[in-house]
Amino acid sequence: MSEQQQRSTKKSNEESAEVESTSDIAEHKEKLDDDVDSILDEIDDVLEENAEEFVRSFVQKGGE
Amino acid sequence: MSVRRVQGSEVEYGIAVTGQPHANPMVASTHVVNSYAAAHGLTRRARWDFEEENPLRDARGFDLSRDAADPSQLTDEDLGLANIILSNGARLYVDHAHPEYSSPEVTNPRDVVVWEKAGEAVMRLGAELAGRLPGAYPIVLYKNNVDNKGASYGSHENYLMAREVPFETIVEQLTPFFVSRQIITGAGRVGQRQDGSVHAFQLAQRADYMEVGVGLETTLKRPIINTRDEPHADPKKYRRLHVILGDANCSEIAIYLKHGMTSLVLAAIEAGELTDVPQLANPVQALHDISHDPTLRAVVELFDGRTITALDLQAKYLADAQAFVERHGSDEQTDDVLARWESLLDRLAVDPHQCARELDWVAKLGLLERYRDRDGLDWDHAKLHLVDLQYHDVRVEKGLYHSLVRSGRMDRLIADDEIKDAVATPPSDTRAYFRGMCLARFAPDIAAASWDSVIFDLPGHDSLQRVPTMEPLRGTKEHVGALFDRCESATELFRAITAG
Repeated sequence: MSEQQQRSTKKSNEESAEVESTSDIAEHKEKLDDDVDSILDEIDDVLEENAEEFVRSFVQKGGE
Repeated sequence: MSVRRVQGSEVEYGIAVTGQPHANPMVASTHVVNSYAAAHGLTRRARWDFEEENPLRDARGFDLSRDAADPSQLTDEDLGLANIILSNGARLYVDHAHPEYSSPEVTNPRDVVVWEKAGEAVMRLGAELAGRLPGAYPIVLYKNNVDNKGASYGSHENYLMAREVPFETIVEQLTPFFVSRQIITGAGRVGQRQDGSVHAFQLAQRADYMEVGVGLETTLKRPIINTRDEPHADPKKYRRLHVILGDANCSEIAIYLKHGMTSLVLAAIEAGELTDVPQLANPVQALHDISHDPTLRAVVELFDGRTITALDLQAKYLADAQAFVERHGSDEQTDDVLARWESLLDRLAVDPHQCARELDWVAKLGLLERYRDRDGLDWDHAKLHLVDLQYHDVRVEKGLYHSLVRSGRMDRLIADDEIKDAVATPPSDTRAYFRGMCLARFAPDIAAASWDSVIFDLPGHDSLQRVPTMEPLRGTKEHVGALFDRCESATELFRAITAG
């Protein structure tokens, strides 16, 4: 079901304004969660493998 | 009064050779610099030795060509020579065990962003080319300041100031600003203390490495205010304020505001118009305490026994800067800096997460918190350290800062094309124009260059010919642009200059 369809289904099912506003908040949170998931998914794709070894082997000499 | 002032930045990059944790970082850094130079037909800077008869023709190693040279041919002597001037007026070299890019002198904070970002492009390409040398491993550069094991490398700012301002005044009036500006300019770090042994987030990468209030050192006992006094200009008129406590920022807005806010505060100090600056009881402790509290609620002690937050310290400087500008007039960039500064302080006070599109530490903290929520990670988890490090990876396809920009989650100031132009082109309104154009047009005839001179090696001359450039605002396009249009050779240019 597309997001648009979901939204209209929800809307048609809500009767009172109060319930609708609660549903808006839930929808907003859902969107935020989706966004968070998509950021982490994108970053999971580019993060170096074997974090522990990668971080351990990053040893620099002081500079300046 | 305005944010306009001669300034620039220097960034040392963290360097890693993929799969080779024991690779010599000096060699790897040298490969980055020399590979870039070779690919751009830039002769590496000759030694500062007037007795050298033919410094250019003495060139060895990677000056030949990228393909002809074998990395194993590098000797200590060659290592000492990785030090070149670019056609955009910048200096690209190896400092200790890091490749470093010093931007050309510019006249305003926005141009700092343009030419500092051009430096990232230079480093990105240099590393890529070095990784293609025969037998080489891929080299990755990080625009950050710590390895989280105790080592730190710098990203310095330089501001030209009027010599007559007493240094004690600068120290007194600037220290509380430097201690508190990290709530905007911090790049974010997983780990507290120099060696990262306390597992927690902090605002700034460099804060824990500042150990004294004032001093000359940059590599140990690092000071909040550095006293190096090397103006690279007429020392009777100018001092160069060399700032070593800042972080290397990826966010364009953070770079812009770091230089913009600081320029304005310096202008007010020069004019003697900062009043009643609150004096901190212990600036170094305050710097650490503020950095260690991402809620921005930490209070620090004042000399008179009262306490204050970083937000309130910044609000005081902002109010003074606004009043100062109101008295003396403004310009577009100054108004923009003030508006952004005010807006950020307002939003940081409500909820720092509202500034995730603009500030490095907030953007990074947002990512880290999401990983902690999703995967239930403690602050000592390697994945969080990796996110911290990889945020600064200069490769567009790997750096997490670049991921956030690409997906529209962070704002920018400068278009890609403008940065691309600045890789090859100097700013038009400082002496960097003359330096850069000499390199762009007559590289084979330039034996050396520095901030305050360009040295020609002209056919038919036994000795090198030095053209001093002691005044940062001369040698501009307006001043010498026509000469470059007219002169076909370095000899002609030199004659035209010395003829008066």
